Amino acid sequence: MYSMILKRLGIGAITVVAVSVIIFLGTKVLPGDAAQIRLGQSATPEAVAALRAELGLDLPIYQQYLQWFGNFITGNLGQSLSNPDVQITSLIADRYENTLIVSVLTAIIGVPISLALGVMAAMFPGSIYDRILTFTSVTLVAAPEFFTATLMVLIFVFALGIGNAVVVGSTEGKDLFQLIAHFALPIATLCFVIASQLIRMSRAAVLNVMSSPYIEMAILKGVPRKRIILRHALFNAIGPIVNVVALNLAYLVTGVIVIEIYFGYQGLASLIVQGVQTRDFVLIQGLGMIFCGTYVVLMLAADIAAIVSNPRLRHPK
Amino acid sequence: MSDDDIVFETKDLRIHAMRDDGSELPIVKGVDIQVKRGQVVALIGESGSGKTTISLSSLGYCKPGLVWGGGEANLLGHDVTKMDTEELRPFRGEKVAYLAQSAAATFNPSIRINEQVTEAPVLHGTKTQEEANKRANELYHALELPNPDSIGDRYPHQVSGGQLQRLMAAMALCGDPDLLVLDEPTTALDVTTQIEVLKAFKKVIKEEGAAAIYVTHDLAVVAQIADYIVVLYSGEIKEKGPVDVIVNNPQHPYTQRLMAAVRPTPSAGMGDGADGSHRREAPALEARAVDAGYGKGSDGKPLVQILRDVNVTIERGHTVGVIGESGCGKSTLARVMAGLLPPFGGQINLDGGELPGALTSRKRSELQKIQFVYQMADTALNPRQRIGDILGRPLEFYHNLRGEKKRERVQQLLELVELPKEFAARFPHELSGGQKQRVNLARSMAAEPEVMLCDEVTSALDSIVGANVIKLLKGLRKETGVSFVFISHDLSTVASFADEIVVLYAGRVAEKGPVDQVLAPPFHPYTRLLISSVPEMRVGWLEETMGSREALAGISRGVTITKVGCPFFDRCPVAIDGTCDKIDPPKRADPHGHGHVIECHREIDELMAETAYAQAQIDAADAAANAGGEA
Repeated sequence: MYSMILKRLGIGAITVVAVSVIIFLGTKVLPGDAAQIRLGQSATPEAVAALRAELGLDLPIYQQYLQWFGNFITGNLGQSLSNPDVQITSLIADRYENTLIVSVLTAIIGVPISLALGVMAAMFPGSIYDRILTFTSVTLVAAPEFFTATLMVLIFVFALGIGNAVVVGSTEGKDLFQLIAHFALPIATLCFVIASQLIRMSRAAVLNVMSSPYIEMAILKGVPRKRIILRHALFNAIGPIVNVVALNLAYLVTGVIVIEIYFGYQGLASLIVQGVQTRDFVLIQGLGMIFCGTYVVLMLAADIAAIVSNPRLRHPK
Repeated sequence: MSDDDIVFETKDLRIHAMRDDGSELPIVKGVDIQVKRGQVVALIGESGSGKTTISLSSLGYCKPGLVWGGGEANLLGHDVTKMDTEELRPFRGEKVAYLAQSAAATFNPSIRINEQVTEAPVLHGTKTQEEANKRANELYHALELPNPDSIGDRYPHQVSGGQLQRLMAAMALCGDPDLLVLDEPTTALDVTTQIEVLKAFKKVIKEEGAAAIYVTHDLAVVAQIADYIVVLYSGEIKEKGPVDVIVNNPQHPYTQRLMAAVRPTPSAGMGDGADGSHRREAPALEARAVDAGYGKGSDGKPLVQILRDVNVTIERGHTVGVIGESGCGKSTLARVMAGLLPPFGGQINLDGGELPGALTSRKRSELQKIQFVYQMADTALNPRQRIGDILGRPLEFYHNLRGEKKRERVQQLLELVELPKEFAARFPHELSGGQKQRVNLARSMAAEPEVMLCDEVTSALDSIVGANVIKLLKGLRKETGVSFVFISHDLSTVASFADEIVVLYAGRVAEKGPVDQVLAPPFHPYTRLLISSVPEMRVGWLEETMGSREALAGISRGVTITKVGCPFFDRCPVAIDGTCDKIDPPKRADPHGHGHVIECHREIDELMAETAYAQAQIDAADAAANAGGEA
């Protein structure tokens, strides 16, 4: 088992390196380099050459890459192109907090509730409860995020009069409940977005296990239904469930651009859009690597959870 | 016996299947059976006869898609068909326990064995966890499981198939049920493992005084274990009576047919070999000194070596049967021949020319000449393609046939495997198991191969259907001159079809030669163990066999693959310490045979003497049994 986990860790590291090469080369093939962009169209060739030398852009490409990757590892992401006085790290740090608060709170609230709902649907397949849940989750999968967000605003802000349609103010000095209240609508919207997928996947995973012969055997031994689900079925369904959870968590960190813009708070996803708009590819490189790292770490966690939950791997012959 | 002794009885029991359109199709059509305390009642019949459905009715359980259609099923006086799941719970696992065909699928892979064995009595509150543990431990001892004091701490994947089957018996018996339901509990096992499991079942049923329903299609097994037989066909009882009456004097034509399809004990001279009309100089396919295995190890060798120095020659138009227990490397050999698993030593020759080891480097014409037929037609046929497309694909691929020509050839192929032409428009799920296997064969025939590799093609079929498939294969061999490699763990099937037999043990050839010579003395000790393990259709055979020397030495041990010496060493009654486990056995040619080779450290004469000794032992046991019967 440990060798398998080590292997996964190795694969994760290789993935990060491979993505870093692609990101680095991807920004290199674009016309114009950092010196050119920073000095603008009107700069003299001499000035551009001088800045190039200063930034190390005249070195062979592999040296540039090693330098850049080394800096990234040590936490130095370089200076913003659009605003040379600003460190990329500080740009990201400002945004990271918001993204982290929203995604962690969404995960804490949304994941357990969705999994519980999905497993309950699997306990009573074909029941009214199951049908309503399946129908709702299909509808939510199909609905675009801005539609769900609009629905949330209509229901909570306009009909019920709670929460703010736009997230305003600072998060400083707020406790957990105040934070939840602060981000109430984005969190609620994201909970619905991830819930639909999590409910459907956990229901399918548990139902798949429920059709196996050892579940029939448990029924024939007179085991109560609740114990069949919780003791016999759930553990064998962990593998596929953690994978979906990990993918959804990664989405919460990297892919919630529509939600950030809709509710007007500053997060990582809108930062990368800003980077694209200002052609700040140092920023794009840094964020790209952070998103890649998030995916790799979460998928690794899912893989390791699946390995640990498999008795064949935990206890080899 | 009074009525109090009736543990379970059905009165005019009817069970229906729900069709998609909501109508009901009768599956069990008014069945009356009775099981008394201390009695083993066997339900026999082919698949689809309703035997499993009837046996499950004693637990008040219908498989998904089935509903009660009427009548009663009384367990200890309570009609279980009228109860809901909550009312049934105190009965299930407590009054009546179920043993399924595949223990490997019936144990939850992620829960330790002991928790699963003790779960029912603890949940029902009839035993505390300690009492249940104690009871389970007694049963592990009684069932002669290895390491009985620690086996419960293991996970299901950590014990062998035969052990798991016995552990399932422990799981069923832990709650001290009044009725045991055994559903084909030995069908999936090797003959040698089957004996050991049967013996354990018989012993505990007798000691515990429980009643049992034993579901099987194997009459030879029934003769060993049952007191009373119920013969079922299509959900109706055709005949019932005490075991010796049914076995010795079956009345109903269907019972007689079942008896006729029982595989005879393998013996010399039962084969129906090919004539020499298709022979040519070079053998069709040849494996020379093949070494193969799985995984990647150091220095180019695989992590686990399975085949060690395997030599097999398949003459044109001939059939070579490959037998051995599971784990012996039978399928590995077929995979090497097909190119699915490149060997790391030795070579594969086709028509006298060497074949590349890997599938990807073989030419299309070479691929066409060797075709693989899989065991499970269900999984080998694409469920979303019509039979015509399934058969048409190899015709396009190998022979470039299109349009009308392809359609004609598909019809010829269907004719060849004795299926109606209309089947071309059907999907696999519309066919029966035997018909699907025929399509599976037709697909291989479509390539017009020279060698067909048949991996356990009849093992998943009922005896009557399986016998028909063998008949078909014989016809194909005669008509087309194709050679077969016929892999099976069932010695009788191999003996009835093959010209030559190769006995594989732990990846090595133990014995090979013409069928008549392999199945007659001198035997390799492993061949003798295999032959003596095939159940015979007579009462008392089990006890006799268990007393023999082969059984004492060889049964209840698994196949272990060794790097040197004879791998059969640890199960062999005539093994020589210090020689057999250290040195590879020599290939000894039987001086009276033609191409009959035994790989053993014992001389041919010694092996002859062994056979005589074993025969004398059996005769003595028979004589003792007869004397006992007269007294």
